[in-house]
Amino acid sequence: MKNSAAEIRTGIRLSGKWHHGDYPLIRKLGSGAIGSVYLTERNGIHAALKISDKRTSMTMEVKVLQSLKKVQGYFLGPCLFDTDDYVSPSGQLYTFYVMEYIQGSRLDTYIKAKGPEWLPVLLLGLLDDLDHLHRSGWIFGDLKLDNLVVSEKPARLRWVDVGGTTQLGRAIKEYTEFYDRGHWGMGSRKAEPSYDLFALAMTALEILNGGRFAKGETPKNSIKKALHGAGKLRPLLEKALTGKYTDSIGMKQDLVKLLMKKKSPTPVSPPSRMTKSNRRKTGLGESIVLSVYAIICYVIYLLQ
Amino acid sequence: MKPSTLKQILLITDGCSNRGEDPAAVAALAYAQHITVNVIGILEEGHAEHSVSLEEVENIAKAGGGVSQLIYKQALTETVQMVTKQAMTQTIEGVVNQELKQILGPGNTLDDLPPDKRGDVLEVVEDISETANLEVLILVDTSASMHHKLQVVKEALIDLSISMNARLGNNKFAIFGFPGKREAAVKVMDWTERLENVSSVFPKLATGGVTPTGPALREALHEFSRQTLGKRSANDGMTEYEEFGS
Ligand SMILES: Nc1ncnc2c1ncn2[C@@H]1O[C@H](COP(=O)(O)OP(=O)(O)OP(=O)(O)O)[C@@H](O)[C@H]1O
Repeated sequence: MKNSAAEIRTGIRLSGKWHHGDYPLIRKLGSGAIGSVYLTERNGIHAALKISDKRTSMTMEVKVLQSLKKVQGYFLGPCLFDTDDYVSPSGQLYTFYVMEYIQGSRLDTYIKAKGPEWLPVLLLGLLDDLDHLHRSGWIFGDLKLDNLVVSEKPARLRWVDVGGTTQLGRAIKEYTEFYDRGHWGMGSRKAEPSYDLFALAMTALEILNGGRFAKGETPKNSIKKALHGAGKLRPLLEKALTGKYTDSIGMKQDLVKLLMKKKSPTPVSPPSRMTKSNRRKTGLGESIVLSVYAIICYVIYLLQ
Repeated sequence: MKPSTLKQILLITDGCSNRGEDPAAVAALAYAQHITVNVIGILEEGHAEHSVSLEEVENIAKAGGGVSQLIYKQALTETVQMVTKQAMTQTIEGVVNQELKQILGPGNTLDDLPPDKRGDVLEVVEDISETANLEVLILVDTSASMHHKLQVVKEALIDLSISMNARLGNNKFAIFGFPGKREAAVKVMDWTERLENVSSVFPKLATGGVTPTGPALREALHEFSRQTLGKRSANDGMTEYEEFGS
């Protein structure tokens, strides 16, 4: 959108060519390769509006959002409200769509503020969502830190930007090198559940390592090195990165097992090697796990 | 819809044509035979003046119905993919638009459809680009100035084959280098599905100086016709699309 910077900006109103919706651009939420996203209002409620002159990509994103709608009720992606064209005063044609505004913070910011024990908890929820998505025949594709938002009440990882979402079995439409297993020489670019799980594991590694790391001469060794910083999640992430999980459920089960194991009194790793801060984190993690465990017990009790 | 074959020539060069016929004319000839010509020009870092010209690159691609980009070598990997995919979409969209005109009457393009209807048409475009067979002849300038760029070219081509081989359609790639010792261009890798073993193929570099882009393109064009004759199929890619008006 080279020439759009001046034409499309905060403060203007857009009216749709076909459906005649009228949307104020309140604030810019972000922009990327495809287009820009603005905060807008629809029937007095905040919404997000994405606008671009890349007609094909936008139309395909709308297609994806429409098909995700069918499996909703289960938070899969932002809900789609309207899709239309906008003709600017200069005659330039844009395509836009209006979707649910997902309010929240970036995953890394959230983890920094709330503590590392939230990472596995949030991943658990995301694995559920991914499972639903995969079962409905889609692979997310461009899964990465930038495309994940933590929305509160209840705390949950939501995804924005479905630009990479691809039908199962096809070639991944859009990816970001760091999260792409093809780039690391660790798999194909075919859309299958393990593709998303690789990207998910890289996202976790990025957070645990405090940033991305370079591919280097031997990509596999670079990943191995990064895994050293993954703590208790290491075996799980390693399995995801080497394509051992064929579906999200397998990974989720391992994660649940891992989280539950922590309540066992025998220490798994030698305590002497733990740093002070690590111990504190573990303590917090443990209390979370215990409370999750208590809730599960309560639910089982209710069901009986 | 039966799968069809899209044919492309991908020219990667860092110089201007300085020997033989006008490359744009050869590109036009290729396009007339339903072979798309894409061009990537690589710029020299830290140089204010470049030996490759935007004008020539654009002219060749325009005549060849393809896509062109002028870039620094770091961007080669993403550009090779982008150019290949974009040219595929462009070719298919061209055919679909033509069909649309036949159905909806002249003057009707995708833009004249409301967004929801457009989705159905573009889905067809996407389906075809996922399932179509693709043949790409990569024509690499191997003159002396390209020497330190060939490593990046190799990596980009391997990455291209990873992306393309994730599609449902079949792919075939061949690599030609130019100039050759006696010929304008030589085949350095025969048609193959995988470019992983591209590493071994770049030949000893020819002496610099000459860039016979036009004759090299013609060599590439000949390769396609040899191939087609070999297969004994008179159909070229486009005619097979005729079905989806129905
Ligand atoms: N529904 C939404 N609610 C809130 N914020 C959003 C929403 N959709 C997008 N955003 C914000 O806008 C940014 C850019 O949007 P998006 O990623 O869709 O653009 P893009 O052009 O596809 O970018 P990319 O290059 O990452 O593919 C996002 O990173 C996010 O911060």
